[in-house]
Amino acid sequence: MTTTEAAPKPAPVPEGSRTVTLKIQRFNPEVDDAPHFETYDVPALPTDRVLNLLFYVKNYLDGSFAFRRSCAHGVCGSDAMRINGVNRLACKVLMKDMFAANGKQTTLTIEPIKGLPLEKDLYVDMEPFFEAYRAIKPYLMTYGNDPTRERIQSAADRARFDDTTKCILCACCTTSCPVYWSEGSYFGPAAIVNAHRFIFDSRDEGAEERLDILNDVEGVWRCRTTFNCTDACPRGIQVTKAIQEVKRALLFKRT
Amino acid sequence: MTTTPSELAAPRTQRRPAARRSNFELYSWLFMRLSGLVLIILVLGHLLIMNILDGGVHRINFAFVAGRWSSPFWQFWDLAMLWLAELHGTNGLRTVINDYARKETTRFWLKMLLYASAVLIIALGSFVIFTFDPNISN
Repeated sequence: MTTTEAAPKPAPVPEGSRTVTLKIQRFNPEVDDAPHFETYDVPALPTDRVLNLLFYVKNYLDGSFAFRRSCAHGVCGSDAMRINGVNRLACKVLMKDMFAANGKQTTLTIEPIKGLPLEKDLYVDMEPFFEAYRAIKPYLMTYGNDPTRERIQSAADRARFDDTTKCILCACCTTSCPVYWSEGSYFGPAAIVNAHRFIFDSRDEGAEERLDILNDVEGVWRCRTTFNCTDACPRGIQVTKAIQEVKRALLFKRT
Repeated sequence: MTTTPSELAAPRTQRRPAARRSNFELYSWLFMRLSGLVLIILVLGHLLIMNILDGGVHRINFAFVAGRWSSPFWQFWDLAMLWLAELHGTNGLRTVINDYARKETTRFWLKMLLYASAVLIIALGSFVIFTFDPNISN
């Protein structure tokens, strides 16, 4: 690492790029009392993703800017954030879809996901989210002796819960849910999606236990069917449908 | 950070109480759907009779109410509307309080206020419907 400040190189501007204004919510808990917005003008290519622009800010304009990212290819789910008011993965939003029409100035508003404790800039404390995830017992539960060979499942039985296996735990859905914003003890869409993945798995025998958990005060009956979660999911999971299927299982398979 | 190990919770400690195996939330959810459907008929019918048919609101007086409540059908209609609307609204407000009350004590007292008002209105309304006397003087 070189720390020479004698002649800082000007930030590069790629050929064919457009200048985009990023309005980013910044918060440094050691200095600031409350979060505030700062704007940055950065060059953007149509093939850039929002994540590339965030790195441009961090690498060339303000090194103290903090955000999460890991794989940067929409697989790990680390870089969930509110982009222009909707929850998205920054690595899956292409700039060519975000440019304002007729060559007008493009402004992107970037905020951390809501409903989780803010730690710094775009960092939030994910622990309440993962606590809800763990509470629905997201692992295979079986009773009796283990089979000597693998647990056989038909293609149709596998297809029953295929949609909810796609979850990457990015928290886009849970932090877009208005019920979760106001009442953090609600399990939230992501936990219910992952419960659904095991409740409807023919190999799993813990469905009753999970349905009991989701039948309680903080469970599926809190859902107001606003579809924010389905709109937010970067994996295209039909989240609200999964929640409704759990409700239906509670209504018609039991009681 | 200055957190000492003794302040940390043990790994895998459960923070949520175990599920209560109660179907109360399920039934209240179901009640909202079913009572809502019935209330559409009851309330729209009530509004139609009271405000539109036969001169509407201008013909309503003591004799009109007395005439309606002499029939058990209208007594039952009004009683059903009172109970369903009051319980539907109470349950809706209960979920709103559950969603938005931050402190446990606020939540408790708001709900107590809500339940007390619901009991009072249901009791008073039912009392009037059942004990209405069309021959009351002055």
